[in-house]
This record gives sequence, C-alpha cells and structure tokens, in this order.
Amino acid sequence: MLYREAGQFKTSYAADQALLPIVQDRIGLLVILVLTFVLIPMFASEFFIGTIMIPFLVFALAAIGLNILTGYAGQLSLGTGAFMGVGAYSCYKLTTLFPDINIIILILCSGIFSALIGVFFGLPSLRIKGLYLAITTLAAQFFLEWCFIRIAWLYNYNDSGAIEVPQRTLFDVAITGASATATTRYLVVAGLVAVLTLVAANVLRGRIGRSWMMIRDMDIAAELMGIRPLYAKLSAFAFSSYYCGVAGALMVFMWLGSAEVEVFDINHSFLILFMVIIGGMGSLAGCFMGAAFIWVLPIVIRGIPSVLGLDVLAATTQHINNIIIGVLIIFFLIVEPHGLARLWQIAKEKLRTWPFPYAST
Amino acid sequence: MELLHSIFIAPFIEMVAYPDFLIQVVWEGFVAGVLYSLIALGFVLIYKASGVFNFAQGIMVVFAALALVSLHEMGVPAWLAVLLSLGIMAVLAIGVERLVLRKLVNQHEAILLMATIGLTLVLKGTGELIFGGEPKPMITEELGLPTGSTDWEVFDGIVIFQHIDIAAAVIALLMVMALAVFFSKTRIGRALRAVADDHQAALSVGISLNQIWAIVWFASGIVALVTGIMWGARSEVSFALEIIALKALAVLILGGFTSIPGAIVGGLMIGIGEKLFEIYWGTLFGSGVEAWFAYVLALIFLLFRPQGLFGERIIERV
Repeated sequence: MLYREAGQFKTSYAADQALLPIVQDRIGLLVILVLTFVLIPMFASEFFIGTIMIPFLVFALAAIGLNILTGYAGQLSLGTGAFMGVGAYSCYKLTTLFPDINIIILILCSGIFSALIGVFFGLPSLRIKGLYLAITTLAAQFFLEWCFIRIAWLYNYNDSGAIEVPQRTLFDVAITGASATATTRYLVVAGLVAVLTLVAANVLRGRIGRSWMMIRDMDIAAELMGIRPLYAKLSAFAFSSYYCGVAGALMVFMWLGSAEVEVFDINHSFLILFMVIIGGMGSLAGCFMGAAFIWVLPIVIRGIPSVLGLDVLAATTQHINNIIIGVLIIFFLIVEPHGLARLWQIAKEKLRTWPFPYAST
Repeated sequence: MELLHSIFIAPFIEMVAYPDFLIQVVWEGFVAGVLYSLIALGFVLIYKASGVFNFAQGIMVVFAALALVSLHEMGVPAWLAVLLSLGIMAVLAIGVERLVLRKLVNQHEAILLMATIGLTLVLKGTGELIFGGEPKPMITEELGLPTGSTDWEVFDGIVIFQHIDIAAAVIALLMVMALAVFFSKTRIGRALRAVADDHQAALSVGISLNQIWAIVWFASGIVALVTGIMWGARSEVSFALEIIALKALAVLILGGFTSIPGAIVGGLMIGIGEKLFEIYWGTLFGSGVEAWFAYVLALIFLLFRPQGLFGERIIERV
C-alpha cells in the first residue's frame, strides 16, 4: 500500500548500493531518529528514559554484538555476559588510570580490550565448531567471571568488590556519575548506539561481513572459494566482542552506575541470546526488536496484576515471566526461526503487493 | 624458581607426605565425578537418539528432585512420591516430544539447542511457581538411603567415607549396567540404537521415531530423578544446582557427545581432577578455581581431540 518501490528508479551505482534504497525506508529511519533524539528526550519522563530506554539501547547493542557472531558468522556463543564484563571492567580501569581523557573515548577504547579477549577465546573456533564451540565459550564465561572476583586490581582493591562509576563531564555537562540526568545519559547512549549500528550495517554488507556469512552458510565451501577461516572467524569474534564490550561499559557507566560480578553472569549471556533468537538471527533491526521485546515484556507482565487489581507476589510474576519467555522462544523457533525481523519483512512484503495476495511477475 | 617449585614439586611432596588426605580428596572428587557422570549420561541418552543437545537436563534434575520432595511434604509416602515423580517425568517427556521435538524435526542442531534453552526457562518458571524457589532438604531417610559414615584407618590417618556417597556410586554403577542391558537385550533398546545410528534407516524398518523420542526423554528423566536424589542427599535441592549441572557439558566434551562410557570416564576425570587441582594448586590462583577448571580442561582437551575421548570421528563433506 504505502510501502512500494514502484517509480523509484536507481540511476547510478551509488543509488543502487545505498544502505536504504527505498524512500519509505529512509523516511522511516528519519522518523525513528527524530523520535529517539528529539521527541523522547523532550517529552518522556526521567523514569521511562532511565528504566526502559537506556537498558533497551544497551541490550540492543550487546545483541548486535552477539548477532554478529551467532547470526552472521554462525559461531554460537554463550559467553556474552563475560565479554560485556571485560568491557565494563577495562573501562573502569581506564578511567582510574587516565582520569583526564574524555569518558566517551574511554568507553570506545574499552571495547578493544574485550575484542582482544574475544579473539583469544575465539581461537578454539578454528578447530572445533557447532555445539562443542558453544560449550567452550562457557569456559570464557566462567573463567572471566572468576577473574572479576579474584583479581582485586580490576576493581582497585575496594572492599565491596564492586566498580563505582566516577563523575565525568562532556562540554561541562555531567554525563556519568550520580549527578548526570537520565536524559543526558540517554542521549549519549543513543548517539553511540546509532553510530555503532551504522558501522555494523556497513561492515556486515562489506567484504568482511560477507565472508562471515559464507563461513556460516558452509565453511568448507567458503574456504575453497578463498575465504580464510582464520581471519573470518577471528575477526567475527573481535567485532562481536568489541560491541559486547562497549555495551558492557555503557551498561555500567550510563545505566547502573555501579556493578558487581552478578551483572555479568551466565543468565545475562542467555538473556542476550534470547533477544537475538526472538529478534531474528542475522538481522540488525531484529536486535532492536528482540531487545525491546525481552526488556519490555517483563515490565508489562509486572504491571498486569496491578491493573487488574490482583495481589500477586513479585516473585510469582518473575516465574510467569520466565515461563512466557521460554514458551515464546520455543514458539518462535518452531513457527518463525528468523524471529520478529522476519515477521516485519513479511509485513512489508504484504504491503508491497497489496491488495493482491502475491506479486505477479 | 619459587613458582616452578610450587607448581611441579611442592604439591607432589604434600601428596606423598599425607597419603590419607590424598585418598580422601580423590574419593571426594570421585563422588562428585559420579554425579557429573549421571547428568552427562542424561545428555548422552537424548543426544544419541534424537540429535538434540538437551540443555534442559540440569533443570530436569532439579525439577524431578523438587517434585519428589514437594510431594512428600504434602504427605505422600516416599515410595508413592517416587512413582508419582516418575509419572511427572513421563508426562514431561511425552509433552516435550509432542509439542517441541515433533515440530522441530530435521532442524539444525543449534536451533534444537536453543529450543531446549527455552524449555529450561519454562521448567524453571514452572518449578519455582509450583514448588517454590527456596532450597529444600532431600528426604534421604524416608527413601531408605543410608546416612552416617565409616572411618577407614590407613597410612597412620583416617579416611572418612559417607555412606550416602558409597550408595551413590553403587546406584550409579547399577543404573549404567541396567542401561547397558536395556540397550543391548531389549527390543526397545535395540530400536533406540538403530535410531541413534541412522534416523531414516530406522524409520524404513518400521521404528516409530516419535515413540522412541518420548521413551528416551523418559529414560533421561529417570536418570535425572536418580541424579536429583543423590545430589539432594549430599547437599540440598535447589535451583543453584542448575549452574553446577552445566559442568556436565564440560564432561560431555571430554567424553564425546555420543558415548556412554565417555560420559562416565569424563565425569570421573573432571570430578577428581578439579578436586585435586583445587586442593593442591588452587592456592596459587586464589581459591574458587573449581568454577572454571572443568571448562578450561575441556577447552584445552578439545584443541587436541575435537571429538572427545570416545566420540565418533567427525568427518566433513562439502
């Protein structure tokens, strides 16, 4: 109906290769950007921004990280939480070692450390694959978690074992620490996530991204066609861990304010895996949909009893929430293994051919 | 030099100097290993027959044990509670086969793995909703399991054997033997092996895959219940067990996904290895190395032998 590319002719290679070739997509993106950067900061409440929008964006970024590895490069990973932890702890160390450097630069740099660790734990992927690899990523998860507890240097030997976010400013506006408002923190996170998503979109459709997909689809065939598995797999681990690391740093510095090891435990690795599954493997838009779904659903479920006037324990809603998410995962795997992103695509396809059931060619 | 000494010489001197302590450590590790083996056994059963990597095995152990304890709390006699929990596991097996596996037939194994992760969440939520989240003591005495301990004097020292640990080892042995007989002597067992070898060939000689899958999920449900009882008797029944059960994954890597002897040998290796490492080398790293030793051992092992100790050789074709 509204979504139709009829009459939009591509007259140059640049237009043909554009990230969003269809006008409606560009308008849609513009609307989303205006919503994100203008309307939400202006009209939404601090509470909404602090408890829904910031975590949503942080998790979406982590989901992009995992999706690069699992959805695009086909290497199943269960260690996302730990890689986020590496980002968070290295960002914390960087802020104590270099207090004068801008915090945003430090957050972006902290991803490099988690990329290095990611490459190290990605090394087994050269020899093993599939489920065996998934289990070796558990080694990363538990080993790194142990490091976060035992290596006191990582949290500056403080007694609580937690990392506390110091006060930092950008153009004299506080963006981290206790006095930073949720809106400023939100704007910083949204800006970083937008830029990183753009980078990811371009990397994924470029040479490196296509080599990842070839490895995913059939690694031996890809190798025969001249893709080097060593570079392809390790670069996928590096990119993925970079995104997870930045997401981890953002999570602690922009959202939580302080963090202990529990924040990076295996349950969070699973949480992000669920976001990727429900959102759609191999889709960037899916990462955002999955993150929104998994993050907002529990909040909605928690809200339902009070709306209905029922008196239900908080723990009970938590259990029901677990059940619903579990059922949804199974449901999506059975009905639509490509997740919400695929549903969205089908909807667009329907709009294109409306009012006919299918396109005539 | 100091470091090399503390890695390569000091632990062995300590082992020889206090052999009774060494035996105690090995025994503790052995018992932990038996329990890892039991969980891994549940994984292997399902993986062999349906190619599903059942991530939910850990939570099935908790679920079965919780069902047993909660039923007994409601006043059901112990033997009836065991039967009823078996019934619950059977219903679960049939349900999983009907609602999940049958619809996901012929999917990629990563998809199946994720489906079982979803199943884990469902079971966890249901378990906590029905039985409550707080830890519960296992009804050891009501089930007729031995308690107490025996001291064994040896090398001028004593080694303490908990009776429940001995019982666990014996029961595990009996169960493995029963499974071996079941697989080689009975009609269903042979059908299971046929399915494990080749799904299509098994179908073509008239074996019902759906039936076999339900049976094999029930079999690993039984294994889960036994594991849950043993584990619960050693500590208590709680959802924390689920994380410990993840260690069985490392056991699987060591033993190979498709091998029952592999699951047992792998479990014992990891159980004994991690105890020895924790006691004699753990202080070098700070304590708590038990949390990751199994995985790191498995990881290093995989680099040299990707198919595990007894796994089938992985042959790849384009």
